[in-house]
Amino acid sequence: MSTFKKTPLFEEHQKLHAQMAPFGSWEMPIQYESILAEHKHCREAVSVFDICHMGEFYFQGDLQKTRLNQLTSMELSKIPEGRCKYGFFLSEKGTIHDDCIIYRLSNNELMIVVNSETTEMDFALLKAFSGTEETLQDISYETAKLDIQGPLSRDILSERLEKKIAELPYFGFQKMELFGVQAIVSRTGYTGELGYEIYLHRDKIFELWNLLLSQKEVKPAGLGARDILRLEMGYCLYGSDIDEKTTPIEAGLGVFLDWNKEFLGKQALLTQKKHGVTQARVGFKSLSRRAPRSHYQIFADGMDVGQVTSGAFSPMLSSGIGMGYVNPEFSQIGTRLLLKQDNIEIETEVTELPFYKGGSLRK
Amino acid sequence: MEIYFTKEHEWVKIEDNTGTIGITAYAAHQLGDITFVELPKIGKVVKKGGVFSTIESVKAASDIYAPMSGKVIEANKELDTAPQIVNDKAESDGWIAKIELSDSSEKNGLMNQALYEEYLKENS
Repeated sequence: MSTFKKTPLFEEHQKLHAQMAPFGSWEMPIQYESILAEHKHCREAVSVFDICHMGEFYFQGDLQKTRLNQLTSMELSKIPEGRCKYGFFLSEKGTIHDDCIIYRLSNNELMIVVNSETTEMDFALLKAFSGTEETLQDISYETAKLDIQGPLSRDILSERLEKKIAELPYFGFQKMELFGVQAIVSRTGYTGELGYEIYLHRDKIFELWNLLLSQKEVKPAGLGARDILRLEMGYCLYGSDIDEKTTPIEAGLGVFLDWNKEFLGKQALLTQKKHGVTQARVGFKSLSRRAPRSHYQIFADGMDVGQVTSGAFSPMLSSGIGMGYVNPEFSQIGTRLLLKQDNIEIETEVTELPFYKGGSLRK
Repeated sequence: MEIYFTKEHEWVKIEDNTGTIGITAYAAHQLGDITFVELPKIGKVVKKGGVFSTIESVKAASDIYAPMSGKVIEANKELDTAPQIVNDKAESDGWIAKIELSDSSEKNGLMNQALYEEYLKENS
């Protein structure tokens, strides 16, 4: 018997003959028809992704006073109501326990969205920082989530689901009633296209899924397409491109840190900023269609200088693309990097991120 | 014309002393969308069971083994820009390369169409 966790839509994926595969502790749809066809559909129309495996927490407390602020890389009281913000929970060494998006639901309420594999650990960590007068609940089980992404997503959702969706700014959200229950719709995503994430009670998620799939413009997409879409944007995947061994400075994500506040790991990061890092995340583009893949070794001037953390064939660039960490000496744009694994050798060049700049994300 | 198959899901079509080599439709389906085919160099001498090409798909990079020994005389250049032909027509237009066979008796260790189909039923 399979011991993998299943989302509420598991049987719907089976009906669609999706190829299911383990993703961490979950059994998730990797593809329905073809990863490349699903990628193309998202870039051109609208795709719906089952992202129910993500973790969600509800918090209520005084955001000026809560000790949670000592953990989060962003100042919680400064997130405007109706907006969400990307940030991190760091260790004292500045390495990344997890990345997250925090939603300011009201004056004293938050929703914290974390990665699936880190949910339990994150909850324990946050619990240790929250006070007895505060509420912190893991609402991951009852909270289902669909990502609806693609240049036509605003039109489809505002015309056929809820008019208010058209008003949402980038990284803005609203609570709204959908299928008779309270839902959260945010204009966020992981594809580089205009898109939305909808958080809805698991009992109602079938209704949303079926409504979306009954639209001729909308098709389901699996995690295979999602991985290529996010890589083309240079977005990090927790557990691959960022983890307990890397810091936001090394990953080039310093822009998401609020230096005007104190947070766990800040001192270590300030030291890194001052003295420099020993590894830096870079994006690289193959000079061929060959795809970089995780754990390939990276060479420059004949020296082993790092390792690939993610890679794929990019349909938008018609070449392989990847990310990894290298000795910072070799992180300049244009530097030639040779990737090797067994009998495979791939010539690449360090490239500015994102790889793909034509997305409808901010339109 | 005769066609033979390997347990690793390559096929070789024999005409006179030339073997045309590709991967089977079953293999192409298992790989998923194919994004790159490394074509062997003309003149390269390949040995039966030796690595002959590498095929990359959205899922993985996989070695392709030569079903018979010989010298490469032609490669399917179409695959440089349109590797998806292997997904669409694995056992015809999606051929990878042609070799001049050095030992036609090697075919005796391979499966014919009926045996390969039987093998697929047992192993998939």
